[in-house]
Amino acid sequence: MSTITQDIAPLPSSAPIVKLTAQVRSWKIPITFSGFAIASLLLFVGLGRGQRGELSTFRLSETRDVIQLPEVALPTFVTGVLVAIVLVLMAVSSAWLVYRHRKIPIVLTIMFALLFLIGFLAWAASGSTIPVPGLLIGTVTLSAPLIFGALGGVLSERAGVVNVAIEAQLLAGAFSSAVVASATGNPYLGLLAAMVAGALVSMVLAAFALKYLVDQVIVGVVLNVLVIGLTSFLYSQVLAPSANLNSPDVFPRLNIPLLSEIPIIGPVLFRQTIIVYVMYVAVALVFFGLFRTKWGLRVRAVGEHPQAADTVGINVNRTRFIAVTLGGVISGFGGAYFTLGAVGAFNKEMTNGMGFIALAAVIFGQWHPIKATLAALLFGFATNLQNVLGIIGSPVPSEFMLMLPYVVTIFAVAGFVGRSRAPAADGKPYIK
Amino acid sequence: MKLELRGITKRFGALVANNNISLTVESGEIHALLGENGAGKSTLMNVLYGLYIAEEGEILLDDKVQQFAGPGDAMNAGIGMVHQHFMLVPVFTVAENVVLGHEQTTFGGRLDLSAARAKVREISDRFGFDIDPDALIEDLPVGVQQRVEIIKALSQDAKVLVFDEPTAVLTPQETDELMTIMRQLAASGTSIVFITHKLREVRAVADRITVIRLGTVVGEASPTATNAELASLMVGRAVELTVHKNAPELRGTALSVKNLSVIDVRNQIVVNNVSFDVQAGEVLAIAGVQGNGQTELTEALLGLQQHVTGSIELDGKPLRGYSVRHILDSGVGFVPEDRTEDGLIADFSIAENLMLDRSSGAPFVKAGNLQLAFRAKFAAEKITEFDIRSQGSEMEAGRLSGGNQQKVVLARELSRNLRLFVAAQPTRGLDVGSIEFVHTRIIETRDSGIPVIVVSTELDEVVALADRIAVMYRGEIVGIVPGSTPRATLGLMMAGEHAPVAEAAL
Repeated sequence: MSTITQDIAPLPSSAPIVKLTAQVRSWKIPITFSGFAIASLLLFVGLGRGQRGELSTFRLSETRDVIQLPEVALPTFVTGVLVAIVLVLMAVSSAWLVYRHRKIPIVLTIMFALLFLIGFLAWAASGSTIPVPGLLIGTVTLSAPLIFGALGGVLSERAGVVNVAIEAQLLAGAFSSAVVASATGNPYLGLLAAMVAGALVSMVLAAFALKYLVDQVIVGVVLNVLVIGLTSFLYSQVLAPSANLNSPDVFPRLNIPLLSEIPIIGPVLFRQTIIVYVMYVAVALVFFGLFRTKWGLRVRAVGEHPQAADTVGINVNRTRFIAVTLGGVISGFGGAYFTLGAVGAFNKEMTNGMGFIALAAVIFGQWHPIKATLAALLFGFATNLQNVLGIIGSPVPSEFMLMLPYVVTIFAVAGFVGRSRAPAADGKPYIK
Repeated sequence: MKLELRGITKRFGALVANNNISLTVESGEIHALLGENGAGKSTLMNVLYGLYIAEEGEILLDDKVQQFAGPGDAMNAGIGMVHQHFMLVPVFTVAENVVLGHEQTTFGGRLDLSAARAKVREISDRFGFDIDPDALIEDLPVGVQQRVEIIKALSQDAKVLVFDEPTAVLTPQETDELMTIMRQLAASGTSIVFITHKLREVRAVADRITVIRLGTVVGEASPTATNAELASLMVGRAVELTVHKNAPELRGTALSVKNLSVIDVRNQIVVNNVSFDVQAGEVLAIAGVQGNGQTELTEALLGLQQHVTGSIELDGKPLRGYSVRHILDSGVGFVPEDRTEDGLIADFSIAENLMLDRSSGAPFVKAGNLQLAFRAKFAAEKITEFDIRSQGSEMEAGRLSGGNQQKVVLARELSRNLRLFVAAQPTRGLDVGSIEFVHTRIIETRDSGIPVIVVSTELDEVVALADRIAVMYRGEIVGIVPGSTPRATLGLMMAGEHAPVAEAAL
């Protein structure tokens, strides 16, 4: 026993620490896949819809499109059986990958989801036609308030202030845009009013959260209730008696030349209202602002480690206040969608919980503007799918589809889609 | 740059944290600020750095009076600080952290990260640091994170650099390297204020020493002063620097841990296949730099970790996989490393904290009723026995000093019938008097025939208490060596070098 090991002590270098990671099999994805595969077997095969040879038709073009794509007709039952078999195979292969300690490629998950969607649509549309452009156009339109709300939430939470008040900001924006646009006859002033209203709501949130150190979730909930009560009161006392205060002009859909004629994509993205076009710009600006500018670096710093920011001379509370207010401006703008982009009048509680779905999109989107936008689009798709299926008379109860965003969020937060890590100082006031 | 503090007084309510403190640091000098935890060193430096505003006194740089409204002002005046708890954003890169607050931008407000990278490279080349500007802070070892802090200060052209307890998180080798860096900086004309309570380091590197006690300057000393002189100046009385203990009286293996592994929530192996025995009547110290699996190991012993494999046997009975309640009832006493977070409930009284882990059954609870009379009597006894300085047993534990809080934890754990005693960082942040007390109690526990495990990142404490020393590095035990092992060997082991095989076999 006289051998001496000759290891040289590794001196600290800048090489990142290689952390030993345990090989723990995660069965989440195979279990989820199996659940959906079994559901598809039961639905598509077991219920036997379309066994008498019905067709499910997918319409890919609108009548006014210059380039017309042919309709795709699939035999309902055969498609369902094929999809179910492939889904079962994918579930089995995912289980095998996990068993062999291999990673499940993200492509497999995306393929699985798309395939299930196609199978589901074919099954639901047995004997009728699904207008694909209509489905997608509605998705983008319905997602607009969600995306604005989510962007507002991302900005606020990246700076370290939990924003439960997105609903209040949307509703305040919807109300004030309707009133100002009606009173002035100028819908652009309505948009401005929506931004101001959103900013005011978020300033209250910021003041209580940053100056008076009240629990941010509680302030947010209280603000939601307050704005619902306030707008409902003003609606019944002021707007209902004098209808000329609640009849704003609705923004028309603007077709962007050339781009709007691209098959499928054109109608979906480029035949929208100005609110949606502003949304594209807002997503890009928030992303650029947060991740490419000095301002964004500071916002993220106060949301992650406010003390570190303070010690390099950054005013933590001022930075947070500005970010939260800006978030309110964006959310409030999204509120204008309800009145100036869609309905053309303000109604009581017309945001109908969209602010909470936007909050879900923030979390599902891992506090990242682009990912949150994608999450909001997914939720918008679920909502619009329910509309479309209702019109063509599908067998799925509409309430079931409306549950989808919340179910998806719970799964997302439970860690199915990567690990959701909030900004480290999110919700924590900074006290020296 | 010459730094002068004149008559600084800083109060927090009735507490005078700094009382008329004056201090001069010449250009290119390393000036050590020595004092116990809570003596007011950090407060003074936060005043210097503009984080606190002093009630009285002034700060002079090169004989010019300065007014700092915030850290930004201090930085612009040329003061840089390497904080005890690094002020780095973990999810940012090195370059982003270095430029935070002083970002250069290009057209359209775009962040100019290439300039930042160049700056990091330039400074790190100057001092031979070898740091990748694009590495994420959370992936870097603490020693390297500290260098990022230094680069951050230097990138602002700091002429006065304050190091606040910089060696707390470093291995002895890293500490030596830091000393070299400090000398290098001083040689290039930077004035350095070095805050510490570790005598060895002061004597190794300081040009001058100012000692602070209870917020007041109690004297200056030269680096040639002995440890005993410095310690008595720091504490205000003669201090026993060594723990008196006899050779251990071994009474056979009591705790046996075999092939223990712990996997944390992020699926990382934080304790990797660790095996050791502890005999009744000995102290096994677990040494190592913070964050090498010691916390998780002690938590696994107590049943606080979720994913544990391997076996833990106490007196032949298995412990792994049982509830914390069962493990406590088996006679395991535990002093957690963060006493304010895990050891006490700050809003509860001393008496309530003393019965915290005995909330079911006699003697504290009978037929579902708290036995308040018994509890008061018990608390009064323990307060006397453990010399807990308080205003009675109903005083809130959170209002006690750190040392007295730790005595409450010790009193609670040691007054049960123990079969094993685990103390994690038992003296962290305590004053010298309390440290003596805790050490004495630990040795008494050992001498009463109970196996003791002490986890400590302080080599002084390890050497003072241990009969045998297990050194942990990245979740593994590098070796188990006798308590008499030289510090240099321990230091190398803490950096991951294996102990000589012959010694490990002991």
